[in-house]
Amino acid sequence: MIEVKHISKKYNDRVVLDDISVQFPKGKVTSLVGSNGAGKSTLLSIVSRLLTPDNGLVLVNGKPLTDYKNKVLARHLSVLKQFNHIGMKLTVQELVAFGRFPYSENRLNVDDQKIIANSIRYLDLENIADSFIDELSGGQKQRAYLAMVVAQDTEYILLDEPLNNLDMKHSVQIMKILRRLADELGKTIIMVLHDINFASHYSDYIVALKDGKIKYHDRTENIIEENILKDVFDIDFVISNSGSKKVCNYFNH
Amino acid sequence: MKRNQSIIGLLILLALVAIASFLLYNLGSSWEFALRLRSLKIVAMVITSCCVAYSTIAFHTLTNNRILTPSIMGFESVYMLLQTILVFVYGDQTFHVLNSFGNFMLSIACMIGFAFIIYMLIYKKGRSNMYLLLLIGLILGILFNTLSAFMQLLIDPNDFFIIQGKMFASFNKINQHLLPYAAFILLLVLSIGVYMAKYLDVLALGREQAISLGLNYNSMVRLFLIMIAILVAVSTALIGPITFLGLLVANLTYELIRTHSHRLMIFACCLVSVITVVGGQFLMERAFNFSTPVSTIINFVGGGYFIYLLLKVKKI
Repeated sequence: MIEVKHISKKYNDRVVLDDISVQFPKGKVTSLVGSNGAGKSTLLSIVSRLLTPDNGLVLVNGKPLTDYKNKVLARHLSVLKQFNHIGMKLTVQELVAFGRFPYSENRLNVDDQKIIANSIRYLDLENIADSFIDELSGGQKQRAYLAMVVAQDTEYILLDEPLNNLDMKHSVQIMKILRRLADELGKTIIMVLHDINFASHYSDYIVALKDGKIKYHDRTENIIEENILKDVFDIDFVISNSGSKKVCNYFNH
Repeated sequence: MKRNQSIIGLLILLALVAIASFLLYNLGSSWEFALRLRSLKIVAMVITSCCVAYSTIAFHTLTNNRILTPSIMGFESVYMLLQTILVFVYGDQTFHVLNSFGNFMLSIACMIGFAFIIYMLIYKKGRSNMYLLLLIGLILGILFNTLSAFMQLLIDPNDFFIIQGKMFASFNKINQHLLPYAAFILLLVLSIGVYMAKYLDVLALGREQAISLGLNYNSMVRLFLIMIAILVAVSTALIGPITFLGLLVANLTYELIRTHSHRLMIFACCLVSVITVVGGQFLMERAFNFSTPVSTIINFVGGGYFIYLLLKVKKI
């Protein structure tokens, strides 16, 4: 379990996170939602040790983040943010192999090879395994990076806007993969999402942030309510049911 | 990949041909003397070529940028400023006050000290900001260059020749006594660097990915910057400023070899670098009869290539 205790973060004088405490349950998909500047990405960055908080503590399996050796932590927790342009020529296969770096560095053994092959199959990348990363489309690239995270085989997977710049088909594809990672492999997934409907359909829990504080944290079906969403986003929502899930319409506020 | 292998094979062959022709062409009657002199030059050229190759590729990966060379950090300006100050203060007595070994050590100490000071200033603020580092290096470099130019105007024209000798890299005046020390330091740093090259592979994925894969990003970057500083400092102190060589050979290598493995890339780049320097020196000595320093040719070709890169690459 990941526990966040009394986290605060300031950029200059602007308070971005104000005494945040939250627990992320194991084996579930949790979405962080909120307006721009609410502190979602900052919270995710702190939990994934990309940023250090001004105050407070992040516990991974009961042990503070800072007490882990980098290499050991990389076997428990992985994070995927926006990806940079890579200067080197890198194939999908080679990118996925980096997922094994925390275990074997660059000396891959038979098990590593097996895990890499499985990850590539899991993300359905077999036919483009030898293509160069910079020649792929956005959706393929996102899947290639996810395959690397799968190969890293961590209990916790943190994602910052995994649907950024993806079309609807690829967004759905990615979300289904994440759902499978949680259901089939028992991974704990924490992600920042902008589209409330994706959060409603694919996550077990939703954490709603507003002005650097956690406004709501509950099971998805309890959060997707007109009055709660209005409070979080300051616009009107009309919620209807579609099968067992709820769909939010916020286009005519 | 097969393509990479055959290119590397070809490069090894070319490098050997360049070295062999430099060593053996027109040896003359007193061949023992000539061979000894030439082998010293070869050793110096090979070692500095490898340093330039390693430092440039590592620097490109750290900055995620292919048109920079480590000299943007101002190392060469520090070197020139030191040489100018020495001559400015001591005039033609410079060599009596400070022998070449002292000068060599002092130059290295100044360049590495300079690197440390600007790294410390920047990392003190917590967040590593590569571009701030580069900008400060660039601006200080310009400041030092201007100061050097100012002092060069004031000194005696005869003394100026002493400085002028230092302004261009040259393999003809390599000090035999310094070579073993330089070789020792450079080979030591290079071997650490080759061992660490696997971390460069990960750093190339960017800060977030590197941290996610378990690297301590800040200390890794600092370590590589220090290694780059040592490599550049020692090779500059040994042969003089050789700015564009790195840019030229690194980008040629990127065109030739397609790999993410820095170990392979750096090996190939060392070969390209050796071919360029040794081949260039050979041509310069045999075809142009020593009329132009090889660094002038390299800087001319490198500068032209740099302009070509700027025009070709819209996204830097």
